[in-house]
Amino acid sequence: MATMSDASPAVARRSVVAPGPMALAILIALFLALFLVIPVGTVIYVAFTEKGSGAFTLVNFYDFARTDLFITSFWNSMYVATMTVVLASMFALPLAYLTTRFEFRGSGVVQMLGFIPLIMPPFAGAVAMQLIFGRNGTVNLLLDEWFGFKIPFMEGLNGVIFAQAVHYFPFILINLSAALRNIDRSMEEAAQNLGCQGFRLFRRIVFPLAMPGYVAGASLVFVKVFDDLATPLLLNVKDMLAPQAYLRITSIGLADPMGYVIAVVLIVVSVLAMGASAWVMKGRDYATVQRGGGGLAQRPLGRGQAVAAYAVVGLILFLVLAPHIGLFLLSIATVWSFSPLPDAFTFAHYERVFAESSVFIKNTLLYATLAGIIDVVFGVAIAYLVLRTRLPARHWLDWTASAALAIPGVVLGIGYLRTFFGVKMPDGTSLASFWIIIVLALAIRRLPYALRACYAALQQVSASLEEAAENLGANKQRTVRRIVLPLMMGGMLAGFVTSFATAAVELSATLMLVQSTSDAPLAYGLYVFMQSPAGRGAGAALGIIAVVLVAVCSLISNWIIERNQHLRNTRT
Amino acid sequence: MITRTITTFTLLALAGAFMPVQAQAPSGKVTVLTSFSKDVTDPFKKAFEAAHPGTTIEIQNRNTNAGVKLLEETRSANQVDIFWVSAPDAFEVLKDKKLLQVYKPKATGIPDKIGAYPINDPDGYYSGFAASGYGIMWNERYARANKLPDPKEWQDLAKAVYFDHVSIAAPSRSGTTHLTLETILQGEGWEKGWRTIKEWSGNLRNVTERSFGVPDAVNSGQVGYGIVIDFFAFSAQGAGFPVKFVYPSVTTIVPANVGVVTNPPNKAGAEAFVEFLLSPAGQEVLLDKTIRRLPVRPEIYAKAPADYPNPFKDPSLGGKVTFDSNVSSARTAVVDTLYDQLVTFQLDGLKSATKAIHAAEAALAKKDNPAGRKLVAEARDLVAKMPITAEQAASAEINAAFSGGKQKTARQAELEQQWASSAKAAYAEAEAKANEAAKLAR
Repeated sequence: MATMSDASPAVARRSVVAPGPMALAILIALFLALFLVIPVGTVIYVAFTEKGSGAFTLVNFYDFARTDLFITSFWNSMYVATMTVVLASMFALPLAYLTTRFEFRGSGVVQMLGFIPLIMPPFAGAVAMQLIFGRNGTVNLLLDEWFGFKIPFMEGLNGVIFAQAVHYFPFILINLSAALRNIDRSMEEAAQNLGCQGFRLFRRIVFPLAMPGYVAGASLVFVKVFDDLATPLLLNVKDMLAPQAYLRITSIGLADPMGYVIAVVLIVVSVLAMGASAWVMKGRDYATVQRGGGGLAQRPLGRGQAVAAYAVVGLILFLVLAPHIGLFLLSIATVWSFSPLPDAFTFAHYERVFAESSVFIKNTLLYATLAGIIDVVFGVAIAYLVLRTRLPARHWLDWTASAALAIPGVVLGIGYLRTFFGVKMPDGTSLASFWIIIVLALAIRRLPYALRACYAALQQVSASLEEAAENLGANKQRTVRRIVLPLMMGGMLAGFVTSFATAAVELSATLMLVQSTSDAPLAYGLYVFMQSPAGRGAGAALGIIAVVLVAVCSLISNWIIERNQHLRNTRT
Repeated sequence: MITRTITTFTLLALAGAFMPVQAQAPSGKVTVLTSFSKDVTDPFKKAFEAAHPGTTIEIQNRNTNAGVKLLEETRSANQVDIFWVSAPDAFEVLKDKKLLQVYKPKATGIPDKIGAYPINDPDGYYSGFAASGYGIMWNERYARANKLPDPKEWQDLAKAVYFDHVSIAAPSRSGTTHLTLETILQGEGWEKGWRTIKEWSGNLRNVTERSFGVPDAVNSGQVGYGIVIDFFAFSAQGAGFPVKFVYPSVTTIVPANVGVVTNPPNKAGAEAFVEFLLSPAGQEVLLDKTIRRLPVRPEIYAKAPADYPNPFKDPSLGGKVTFDSNVSSARTAVVDTLYDQLVTFQLDGLKSATKAIHAAEAALAKKDNPAGRKLVAEARDLVAKMPITAEQAASAEINAAFSGGKQKTARQAELEQQWASSAKAAYAEAEAKANEAAKLAR
């Protein structure tokens, strides 16, 4: 049952459309329509209209295909997204494998540190990375002084790949680690009994069983990098698709359909990539029945192995945490200009921001928590509908929600203003100026993260466990509540933490929607600081506060859920 | 019961008695939409709130484009009192869309012109409160480490020594860079101006997407030289960064503006804010070391630190060019798109052509060769070649392609592809000619 057999027979048995899931599906469809499809539609329909007459046309797509710049940009984006997945896997695989598979002291710390790069405040991260790896950053200035050469870490497309891999590899790390922990230990033992060990064991048994987690993470990285505009722009790389769309929509091409045509292309490619990852997984069953074993057996490391393992982990952690080290140095620096380290240190920046940032902190926590909860609820619901029911068009829910990944934040922001500004609340103010709208925008933008995590988690739960529960007389709700949800807990937590942490530092949509400073989140405050020379240190200080805050909150939620799970395990 | 009635009555009477005064005195929340950083807005907020107790300034920070977009999208129920940014063109756009209302400040003692530029909008939709000029900023440590000379004029940046050391914000993204280009084009003429622009553009390290990206890169030493608006350099000096700044002789001093948004929720507050900015107390805030902008009141300069540029005293500042904003606004989109298609997105081609020309000239300087000289001159002409003339750039047909207007015209994407491919071919040809010239000199 738990091996890779053909398509799960359990799914095939549920052919009758139950009213409960149907109602749930309609509810989700309504939510997505109201807060994603309609607002975005009001903006990008321009892509399909003819200039002058406004009639429906596809000529704009013809222009897209004929413009060298766009075609180059398209292939550049493809190349960067693919290579980022490769490099990010090289960062994530050793960390995930070593910390889950071996008795590795400090694996909790490594897991946590490996997650931090995802919390990269806008602007601050790229500035700090330039200070460390840039042409005249710390590393290159030292290399030049000692050895007389420089390494172009941050130049051109390769610079984008490096920066993106550092930023997004936690998607793979988190999902893969969760998947590795979920593997039934007996699988591994069975293989060992049959004489399989070492790398072969990993290649033939462990990694294939963890495939849903890896694919979930890798597809997220691919799509996210394909659609990301901030990092290439901050590295001054413009011949990629997402930056082209952004540059056109926010400057000269405001009235020109090409920006929206690119947005449509981004959405289509993203959905295709998600579809491809589902197709790769299709026809295979990753569910395992037993969960009590608590994941892979952890083996002790030999002395030589331990030294090598710590060296690898140390090097990877240095690379991926360098932006945060740079940001921290910047936050306590007086002046840092063309030198390996700042001229002098000060705490003045922290004093400056502490006084005024409490409202930002409160808002950030509130918005990100609500967004994270909404995302997990919808993520679980969509994953359940897609994997456990045979509702017609259920995949559309998945695809629509995933398409949110490809919507540039500013398009979503403008769409929300257009759709909701005219809607008046009882007290006469506009719905668009109500802070809930910011939460919804954050939730929509981060829903794909939580969805992928929940999807992978549910894929690893065998349907036979639910059937067993139902055979014992439990009804559907009770089965979901007592069996499915607890077994998905790890994936749900991963989903919540990713949504929460990334929502806490999101800026592009927020910037359109923040109507007053008292409703503004941290990222907005940071943006305001980072626009002036004297504000650079203060902005960095705010960035560090954001990182620490989000990391601590993620840690606490992790701890609470693990403790609950532990209690439940010991009780039974 | 009786007391309460009396109290209410007295209050009403008092309110009636003070009504005219109350309508004048600003109170409550004044919402200011601005692109200025916290370092600029905080001192003004503090000073204004101190001068007008009972008021609070609510700052909404957006970049200029996003600010314009916000006012457009929310015009049905406007929540903003004041629009406060640098770029004069943004105010022109808002004025055309009827998103600003006329307010003629009562403040006196402000001259009509600064340099050759009128300080206030002649129709009274917006007022200048500070002046800024454009120039070159550089990092001293960077210049010393790379042994680079100090530049004085735009043309200096085209010299071979500065190759790969210069940065600029894309004019389509930065209102201030757009004005810099337009100043050069108006000061030197269309053909010659573009030649200058492309010659130093061949030395660019990168073209950034945010105005502040340039000073940020110069401050941290990632790039040596930046083409920026003056206060970016002055405020960086104020913050202690080792940077210097120079105004080239072809520069223009342009006012940064403030305007009252149509249907402001707090009209009295909005007007008080404009008056405060123009009052001596408000103007003095501009000298703050994190702001460092040029006041529009000549008497304030007496209180400025030594070396503070004074456009009212120094005739070389912005005297050479009479900036014509009508010429500028007639071709804004075309100039920006030309720069994007010929420079920003073709930077690699332009740079390798420029590098080849520099190499050929260095070779010819060692061993002269007339045929080689001729080839280099041809290569330079190829780089400088423009796909359209100044007349075409201002023509209705071409501009309509960028307006998304109602008529059927050429599509923006079509024109862009034409311009880009002609530039690409010209740069490749220029590189080939320069390489040939270098061979002849060997």
